[in-house]
Amino acid sequence: MNPEIGHYALVLALAVAILQTVLPIWGARTNDAALMRVGPSLALAFCGFVALSFAVLVVAYVTSDFSVLNVVENSHSLKPLLYRITGTWGNHEGSMLLWALVLAIFGATVALFGGNLPARLKANVLGVQGSIGVAFIAFLLLTSNPFTRVIPAPAEGNDLNPVLQDIGLAIHPPLLYLGYVGFSVTFAFAVAALIDGRIDAAWARWVRPWALGAWAFLTLGIAMGSYWAYYELGWGGWWFWDPVENASLMPWLAGTALIHSAVVMEKRDALKVWTVLLAILAFSLSLLGTFLVRSGVLTSVHAFATDPTRGVFILGILVFFIGGSLTLFAARAGNLRQGGIFAPISREGALVLNNLLLTAAAAAVFVGTLYPLALEATTGAKITVGPPYFNLTVGALMLPVVFAMPFGPLLAWKRGDLPGAAQRLMLAFLIGLAAAGAAAYAESGGPALAPIGIGLGAFVILGAIIDIAERSGLGRVPAATAFARFRGLPRAALGAALAHAGIGICLLGIVAETSWNSETIVGAKVGDSFAVGRYELTLARLEPRTGPNYRELAGVFDIRRGGASVGTIESSKRLFTARNMPTTEAGIRTFGLSQLYVSLGDELPGGGLAIRAYWKPLVTLIWIGAVIMALGGALSLSDRRLRVGAPKPARKAVAAARPVAAE
Amino acid sequence: MLLWLAISLMTGAAIMAVLWPLRSRAGDGVSDGQADLAVYRDQLAEIERDRASGLIGAAESEAARNEVARRILRVAGAEAAERAAGGADRRRRVAAVVALIGVPLFAGGLYFALGSPQLDGQPLAARLDAQPSGADVAILVRRVEEHLATNPDDGRGYEVIAPVYMRLGRYEDAARAWQNAIRLDGSDVRRQNGLGEALLAQSGGVVTAEAKAAFEAAQAADAKDPRARYFLGLAAEQDGRPQDAAAIWSALAADTPADAPWQPMLAAALARVGAPAAPAPGPSAEDVAASQQMSAQDRDAMIRGMVDRLSQRLAEKGDDLDGWLRLMRAWNVLGEGAKARDAAAKARVQFAADGQALGRIDALARELGLGS
Repeated sequence: MNPEIGHYALVLALAVAILQTVLPIWGARTNDAALMRVGPSLALAFCGFVALSFAVLVVAYVTSDFSVLNVVENSHSLKPLLYRITGTWGNHEGSMLLWALVLAIFGATVALFGGNLPARLKANVLGVQGSIGVAFIAFLLLTSNPFTRVIPAPAEGNDLNPVLQDIGLAIHPPLLYLGYVGFSVTFAFAVAALIDGRIDAAWARWVRPWALGAWAFLTLGIAMGSYWAYYELGWGGWWFWDPVENASLMPWLAGTALIHSAVVMEKRDALKVWTVLLAILAFSLSLLGTFLVRSGVLTSVHAFATDPTRGVFILGILVFFIGGSLTLFAARAGNLRQGGIFAPISREGALVLNNLLLTAAAAAVFVGTLYPLALEATTGAKITVGPPYFNLTVGALMLPVVFAMPFGPLLAWKRGDLPGAAQRLMLAFLIGLAAAGAAAYAESGGPALAPIGIGLGAFVILGAIIDIAERSGLGRVPAATAFARFRGLPRAALGAALAHAGIGICLLGIVAETSWNSETIVGAKVGDSFAVGRYELTLARLEPRTGPNYRELAGVFDIRRGGASVGTIESSKRLFTARNMPTTEAGIRTFGLSQLYVSLGDELPGGGLAIRAYWKPLVTLIWIGAVIMALGGALSLSDRRLRVGAPKPARKAVAAARPVAAE
Repeated sequence: MLLWLAISLMTGAAIMAVLWPLRSRAGDGVSDGQADLAVYRDQLAEIERDRASGLIGAAESEAARNEVARRILRVAGAEAAERAAGGADRRRRVAAVVALIGVPLFAGGLYFALGSPQLDGQPLAARLDAQPSGADVAILVRRVEEHLATNPDDGRGYEVIAPVYMRLGRYEDAARAWQNAIRLDGSDVRRQNGLGEALLAQSGGVVTAEAKAAFEAAQAADAKDPRARYFLGLAAEQDGRPQDAAAIWSALAADTPADAPWQPMLAAALARVGAPAAPAPGPSAEDVAASQQMSAQDRDAMIRGMVDRLSQRLAEKGDDLDGWLRLMRAWNVLGEGAKARDAAAKARVQFAADGQALGRIDALARELGLGS
């Protein structure tokens, strides 16, 4: 297909986005139904044009159309088909186009499934979405045009960065963008509510599915990115506090706070201002994340774009959207009507605590990520803020969140009974204590905090189970009734419990891996053996091989445990010829929930290879936990019923009945 | 043509996205109040469900219902205030005009500023399947490369592709190709000079030790080779030995005919190292004038030689219209009106069947005043 069709479609998408920004909002201001109806049809048209444009670019990649500069710079005709497709977004221009495509898909989804929304809110939401579309399509066309042509066309491309030639590129960016851009919808809802000056419990109900969906995708995206870095970079690490990872963690923390505060708003009509602010913050941090990766200000494995003019353009986008929405917030927040009062010890109170700690953690990550940049920009001093800072600050903030987490769902709305909740959690607490003791006994060595972490993880998982058991009335009512109640439980409650259990599982993995992982670095020749953890590895043979666009040296290791062979593991080093760049392909073998990890290093002067091998106990729980969290989000999303908090009547009925009008 | 069709269709779709929803004025959107009420009614039903299944007690459900009921009352109060503003027809007209005129103007204008509508897609497979023609040099190079990948011992192939690499600016590849040619077919002047120049280009004009070795090998094969001698002089100059450079270049100048294409470059190099442009004794004023005279004549002779060659080529193979036109012009410039007329006549015979070509020949003849 002619790339020019895609180019024109992108230009047309810009025209459509401008109309989508102006017409529906104009219609909402004048209460004109016909103009407001233009919003959905323009959102669909925008989606169609961006999708066409993206499809044309994918076709150019698949057919190796080297008259397109972007294809020349990032593709190679010998690449396997999958990487020719994924290569479309393995570069700056293409990934921004993917970003715009995801935005367009979300806009179209609002247009199609927003039938229950009030017309004015829908029009304003689509208008705000349109303005984001204008910014990004203009950014694409003016600074990062993926359809720039090159004549005469070269006969071969420069190939894709070899690190990105992996199935991970097919999964990680789309998931991450579904998360990032998903928050654009909640942002649009927040700004639309501020434009209209009208926000209530129903608003929270409409925002909730978008926030949940974005959060679930972002969770998966981050987890996938972490696993990808783990197996591709060859260092055996799964989280580096790399600025780009932090960039995705910040919106995740804000988004996690948002889905919790939205619950309070939906059920109790409280925390409105705060929820709106979180919706703005979550998307602002998503934009910032895009900025951090795209502008190439940061050196990182992800920063494949290095161009200051783009940075300035994105800075303009950031200032406009973040500054604009916060200004609007400052102007309008005072007018928002407050409602719903609650005691500090209550479900709401627990959620406020969660919100405070999560946003504080996001702030800590924000400071740690941006302070070095700001310092370098102003004084020229280069400092590195590394894992010690993040582990200390974020760890210290997240531990109370995790410890308080099982209490929240057990507290009643409005006024809770903390001793009662503690009593019900006693069993979980005792088992957690036992798990900590067992961990301390079984694994001598490792940090003293490790058993506490294990105990906490067990406590959280059991807490989630107790929550569901309590709601089903297990133990208080006959088993059959309890089962019937369990089946009748709202999916949102099940989803929340599942997500909380996911956190506990993830925590177990993190603690086990960081405390008891064992590392062996040796120089080995064929036939040499060495021990890793409880296993003994023997380098059986080294095989040179030729792939489609690389050469590799593969090492095959025999694994023995207690003298008995338990299989082989294969690890390789690849050299991609077009860019003359090496990559490591770590050999990973899973035993139960733990993994054996081998990566090949450089050849040693005296013959043989440097080999890094790790035994990583329970490491897979980190990602399994994240997937369970996302599943919890999906389960909660499938709960289509609406609910309102069922407050216990206060002893003084009057106090409970009097809504508080101002914040 | 297909592109223009696609562009028109897409533009039409974008316009329709605005016009279609505008076609009727009737408001069928959900009002704020209706939507809120739907949610609150749902919330009431939910409380009832929870109470029925025993999730919450009667007292709790009563309190929750009261809270929701208050929200419903609030909505009912606000509902009455909603009213559409006037002027709907004017707004619809504005929107329609913007869509009909603004969209094509904006999209068309921006696209013509950014796009390349004259270019077609060029998928690699189609380019590789196309008949070999001189147009797509990149593909020709790729074919040779593929041939060399399967026949890595074809020295001739490397020798063919190396100068092409040089022209494309792929100096590293050129150097490698020359090295392969030397490895397979042995060292000779041409190959060693090619290698030296590729290395020189790669290092941005610095004669590296490797490049110098190549030029020395070329000189060893042919002591008189001017190219190798020139670059060896350059190497001496860059090494900080201007006397040696001057000596090498002066010797070269002595062997160089005055009309050699590299003569000006050599003279400039000699001037740079402060040596006279020609071997001592220095030329007298008359000599200089004479040489200028000579070279003007030489230049004339050279041009005539070229024109004669063109004439010969056209006599053998006359289907090159542009060649004929060039020949007519050239003879005319050299003051050979008869020969120019002769060329025009021959061209007319050659293109007797081609009206357009005859037109161009006649037009040029008129322009040159050759008569017809």
